[in-house]
Amino acid sequence: MTDQAYNFAYLDEQTKRMIRRAILKGIAVPGYQVPFASREMPMPYGWGTGGVQVTSACLVPEDRLKVIDQGADDTTNAVSIRKFFQRTAGVAVTEATAEATVIQTRHRIPETPLHEGQILVYQVPIPEPLRFLEPRETETRKMHELEEYGLMHVKLYEDIARHGTIATSYAYPVKVEGRYVMDPSPIPKFDNPKLGQNPAIQLFGAGREQRIYALPPFTEVVSLDFDDHPFEPSKAPHDCDLCGARDSYLDEVITDDRGGRMFVCSDTDFCAGRQADGHRGRLSAVEAVQ
Amino acid sequence: MTMMPRTITTDEPLLAVSGLTKRYGARIGCADVSFDLYPGEVLGIVGESGSGKSTLLSCLSGHLRPDFGRITYDARDVLAMGETERRRLGRTDWAYVHQNPRDGLRMGVSAGGNVGERLMAIGARHYGDIRDKAADWLGRVEIAADRIDDRPTAFSGGMQQRLQIARNLVTSPRLVFMDEPTGGLDVSVQARLLDLLRGLVRDLGLSVIIVTHDLAVVRLLAHRLMVMKGGRVVEQGLTDQVLDDPQHAYTQLLVSSVLQV
Ligand SMILES: [Zn+2]
Repeated sequence: MTDQAYNFAYLDEQTKRMIRRAILKGIAVPGYQVPFASREMPMPYGWGTGGVQVTSACLVPEDRLKVIDQGADDTTNAVSIRKFFQRTAGVAVTEATAEATVIQTRHRIPETPLHEGQILVYQVPIPEPLRFLEPRETETRKMHELEEYGLMHVKLYEDIARHGTIATSYAYPVKVEGRYVMDPSPIPKFDNPKLGQNPAIQLFGAGREQRIYALPPFTEVVSLDFDDHPFEPSKAPHDCDLCGARDSYLDEVITDDRGGRMFVCSDTDFCAGRQADGHRGRLSAVEAVQ
Repeated sequence: MTMMPRTITTDEPLLAVSGLTKRYGARIGCADVSFDLYPGEVLGIVGESGSGKSTLLSCLSGHLRPDFGRITYDARDVLAMGETERRRLGRTDWAYVHQNPRDGLRMGVSAGGNVGERLMAIGARHYGDIRDKAADWLGRVEIAADRIDDRPTAFSGGMQQRLQIARNLVTSPRLVFMDEPTGGLDVSVQARLLDLLRGLVRDLGLSVIIVTHDLAVVRLLAHRLMVMKGGRVVEQGLTDQVLDDPQHAYTQLLVSSVLQV
């Protein structure tokens, strides 16, 4: 039931219009960070207030919302954001990627391929990919404006010099449509190939940093690399112990205090769907006994 | 001490400056400065602090916009350039060596990354090649190869300054601006750095504009000398001529005070 103390989806219409203008600008200039006047939300910044504001500006009563955190629908963060919109917008919710019209995510892109008409909203902690080597914002803005992106490769160079390989495994920088270098938020680099040529609209909201950026459907997105150290979307070299999937991103789970561990899909909806379809993994029987 | 031989000479100046003026309100930064710099030539700019030499260097290198005047580099009007083109020039054809190496280095990045940055900025995308070039340049500025992955914070002041020079020269610039490059270093370290600079300038045929208050530096490095006072050029000419037979009273004072030291 909708709580009548709030406007639909919590934010007032004027604020939503302001955020929608930023979103439209972001879609018009893929990968460009659009400043917006971030509002106080009834949750702490680390909880994805940027994503929540973008979702609020996108939602219509007919939407079906899915919220995931690290791929899971049932974590505290995902549950509370989902409840927030159930209460303030009264929209339907789902855990099924294919059935959702709007998906808010932290740290993952769902395994199930997205389709046209869907919107994927990312929660972004630090939108500026050049930040770690150039803290001055006046300078990073100038670098984007003039396409001075040598510094991004300095970061990758340092990685190889120190670790022998590009060790960056999250928030791996990408170049959008041959123009803007973008931080895809802390998704694993395994997910980077899903950013490009994706039929869904992808929106990125950073609340504390007050930035929105976007990838319209079917955008070219290239992960930065060196000719002799090409980008590799790596994952743990295992199959899912529950559903047997060989091509999904896995979480390592400690199962007991004697060093027991298992690998399971981080995307809980994907894994459950496969199990429902009869797929089995190494430890499925054990699970069944429990 | 003998002057450095000029390695290359052509009829066309690489940099032509005329009527350059910069005011800070009513106060003069530099006024009506004109000179030509030829390929392979080293121009020293000397004067006390407040003489306008630093303002002039900032105007020339594009860090400060002059109020009047004209700067032509390689037949291109520098002041009419867009910012993109000017910044591009700043990381390809031009280089700038700061007095304090901390201003010219990335202290959180390894020596190899510092040298490689300009290469990557102009599109180098082969890690092995970038590293080879960085290693080569570290050698040329007398930094041991096994320091390539160390950060400049682990280096002495002299090493940091040599690293800054390598970082600047790796893309083979033609024009190098230097702001008191030996300032703040011990005398023995200064001498070694000056020798190194002298060799690099000669071997690479660099054109250099070097600002300093130290006449020993220009005596060793500069072919020509410009003496500034109160924002204006009071005397210019061949270095040996100006230092051995100064015409302007201020230059005479400057030279004699050095001779007394
Ligand atoms: Zn699974």
